[in-house]
Amino acid sequence: MDVTASQALHPAEASLPPVPARTPSRGVGDRIFALAAHSAGYFVLILLGSIIVLLFWGGLPAFRAFGPGFLASAAWNPVTERFGALVSVYGTIVSSVLALMMAVPLAFGVAFFLTELAPGWMRRPVGTAIELLAAVPSIIYGMWGFFVLAPAIGHTIKPFLSSTLGQVPGLAVFRAAPGDASIFTASVVLAIMIIPFIAATMRDVFLTVPVIFKESAFGLGCTSWEVMRSIVLPYTRASVVGGIMLGLGRALGETMAVTFVIGNTNRISPSLFAPGNTIASLVALEFPEAEGGSLQLSSLLALGFLLFVISFVVLAISRTLLVQRVRH
Amino acid sequence: MSQAVEQAVDQGSAPASARPATRPPAQCKLSIRRLDFFYGANRALKGIDLDLPERQVTGMIGPSGCGKSTLLRVLNRMYDLYPGQRAEGEVLMEGMNILASTVDLNALRSRIGMVFQKPTPFPMSIFDNIAFGVKLHERLSRAEMAERVEWSLTRAALWGEVRDRLASPASGLSGGQQQRLCIARTIATRPEIILLDEPTSALDPISTLKIEELIDELKRDFTIAIVTHNMQQAARCADQVAFFYLGELVEVGQAGDIFTNPKQKRTQEYVTGRFG
Repeated sequence: MDVTASQALHPAEASLPPVPARTPSRGVGDRIFALAAHSAGYFVLILLGSIIVLLFWGGLPAFRAFGPGFLASAAWNPVTERFGALVSVYGTIVSSVLALMMAVPLAFGVAFFLTELAPGWMRRPVGTAIELLAAVPSIIYGMWGFFVLAPAIGHTIKPFLSSTLGQVPGLAVFRAAPGDASIFTASVVLAIMIIPFIAATMRDVFLTVPVIFKESAFGLGCTSWEVMRSIVLPYTRASVVGGIMLGLGRALGETMAVTFVIGNTNRISPSLFAPGNTIASLVALEFPEAEGGSLQLSSLLALGFLLFVISFVVLAISRTLLVQRVRH
Repeated sequence: MSQAVEQAVDQGSAPASARPATRPPAQCKLSIRRLDFFYGANRALKGIDLDLPERQVTGMIGPSGCGKSTLLRVLNRMYDLYPGQRAEGEVLMEGMNILASTVDLNALRSRIGMVFQKPTPFPMSIFDNIAFGVKLHERLSRAEMAERVEWSLTRAALWGEVRDRLASPASGLSGGQQQRLCIARTIATRPEIILLDEPTSALDPISTLKIEELIDELKRDFTIAIVTHNMQQAARCADQVAFFYLGELVEVGQAGDIFTNPKQKRTQEYVTGRFG
């Protein structure tokens, strides 16, 4: 009785053979592979770090020369060597935010249509078209914006808005200004460029909402819009904002298309229909002409550093929001 | 029996009270007539004839893929959400064919509520979960709404557990509580019929028991159809049981008859666990 009880308690001691010493290494191939993978990972970090450091290093003379005033100064004069970031930072942020205001409602409409309303045969072609739109090179948008969109806006939207809203006191942003190239035109081009990104992200996150939740809402008598507003959007809020930030990140750094249509004038005008510039367009235009070691080159590098910081912050926010998964 | 009913309807003259004597005296709330259902070209329901007696529980049983859940989704037109799915035949609710294209689906779904396999609390507070469905169809004052929420939570046997935390998110409730919340949400719009699609399949035995007790209590006011894989549950809850197999309604009868004295061999084999 005692013997069987102790055997039942320690069956392993009785039956298992002693454990042999395990081999410490799995061979050279594994080690080489591990080394390669590690190097690839660290390489990305080093690359990113060196870009930041070199931009900052290159911009340091400008930061030294102008101090914090670099951010607040609207000057940009290569002859007198007075440089400031205000105009291009203003142009970058205004054109991107304006683009976002135009793109988000449209992109939401596209995503809503694709997930809830479109008949089955339409979903795939329209979805593919949206993805292809994202693949159009930005130089194409630039040329098309310059030859088609800018004159079109100059002949229709600008006269309309400036003769109506532009007449309202306090709404100087809609007042007319000469020329077709403007911050407004750049925003429209940017909006068209980021719609595919935002729409595709929204569609994908809308599809992650479990069908059973949507059916529950439909089962209570909801319309498609009520299901979208009360169920789908609350479930996907974080991811939707993340997708929008992704679009914003792209708009902030877009260079060629903007350079074509923004007018490239270093002036802050109260009117959106006046030309302006952005960090990216200014750098693209002046970088080839700036002399090595000059304060101009240093200022351009400093601008690049600022753009990097802005984009980095936006992308960081979008990443944090995108990883918050649908809760259920 | 269903043949007899079909003949009666075909003749178009027999009033509801003149049903065969084997039928319980309850009034018929919903009549399904010669119903076919298609997923694309695939015929998932074949000529179903079934009556749901008012204020009784109709249990629908059968092996997976037999069409019982499909039938439930026909009754509140849920299939309408999906292109390629269509129903033919008639489902009469007080003389109105709910399959007609002119039917207002949102209004219909407020009259025929549904509870799903898994709890589906909406991403809002407990109170708002209940108020949500009510607001779609009625304009109530704040006090009336509070009263309605309390009424439905009480009817769903959940009021005592959540009365102190109506404002907290519904996702914080346990699975069984969430499912009772979904039942409360469904009855809050005061439907006439409640469809339960395997409502306890994701729940533990104690929560299951609570839901079953709840079904028993709710049938005083509502006509209920429940799809279940659990034969004991059908035996415990249902007054009438319908056995489906491969898209056909094999047999329908009083729960006692179906489980102890089925007329069809296939029914007997299924309820005794020999297949399915």
